[in-house]
Amino acid sequence: MASSADADKVDPIHQFAVNNLVEFGELGGSIIAFNTAGLFMVIIVLAITAFLLLSTSSRGLVPGRLQSLAEMAYEFIAGILREAAGPEGMRFFPLVFSLFMFILFANLIGMIPYFFTVTSHLIVTAALAALVMITVVGYGFYKNGIGFLNLFVPSGVPGFLMPMIILIEVISFLSRPISLSVRLFANMLAGHITLKVFAGFIVSLSAFGALGYGGAILPFILIVALTALEILVAFLQAYVFAMLTCMYLNDAIHPSH
Amino acid sequence: MEPEAAALIGAGFACVGMGGAAVGLGHIFGNFLAGALRNPAAADGQFGRLIFGFAVIEALGIFSLLIALLLIFA
Repeated sequence: MASSADADKVDPIHQFAVNNLVEFGELGGSIIAFNTAGLFMVIIVLAITAFLLLSTSSRGLVPGRLQSLAEMAYEFIAGILREAAGPEGMRFFPLVFSLFMFILFANLIGMIPYFFTVTSHLIVTAALAALVMITVVGYGFYKNGIGFLNLFVPSGVPGFLMPMIILIEVISFLSRPISLSVRLFANMLAGHITLKVFAGFIVSLSAFGALGYGGAILPFILIVALTALEILVAFLQAYVFAMLTCMYLNDAIHPSH
Repeated sequence: MEPEAAALIGAGFACVGMGGAAVGLGHIFGNFLAGALRNPAAADGQFGRLIFGFAVIEALGIFSLLIALLLIFA
């Protein structure tokens, strides 16, 4: 039984702490180390690789359970990409599929107790968003040249409104990487803090003895429901990230409105 | 006023912004449901747009939550 002194120590932020596992040395005043986040990214990539290798090893015409799961994932992403960016967008399928699988596995592995959630760190999601935006801008200029700037000039706008509209379009384009990364990060952060705050209620209540144990059932039931919700959010955020990536890629492929 | 107290009050104020996101989400899902019940055949094709609207609106609510979290923990 937890004493009340332990109950005060419930820290919902502690789960996000990054610990250095292996330190390699120093470079420019900062420590180069293999940390928890790196370990879990390796685990995520290994899990995805194992899943896809296992599911495609038999390659039956009539798919088994695992194979149909992999086919569902493929069809799901291919469907989003075709719908948002057209058949030309399919050349970006590897990028979008990798992003989706990485975020989905990161979110789902993070749901296991005591496991680290990679996507609850802004630096990770910001790197993913930067990858998407650099691809969009780079491919947009590579394919359309200076015509990529048509993206900021919607057709059918009266001339006197044009400077205003262009300003708004530019600002909205520049805010995309911020919203893309902060959405995923804040969703995972808020969800995991909520789970741990309710878990803290159970510990605090059970400090009151028998009555507390009875009362602790309520947050316990809530935590089960919240975990189910968080698994839904984990999938939904991976889906949203993949879909927004497809829409931004569509802007690079077809820049004129 | 203690700076910590001001930060906590500010966090509470920041969370008011999530109410706006809640109104927006209710609006978007309610209207989707109304449209989907009128024309169920077209509903599945619009699921992507529904989620897009959800994501854009939700981001705004999440921003205000983020401000609150920063005020409390950072």
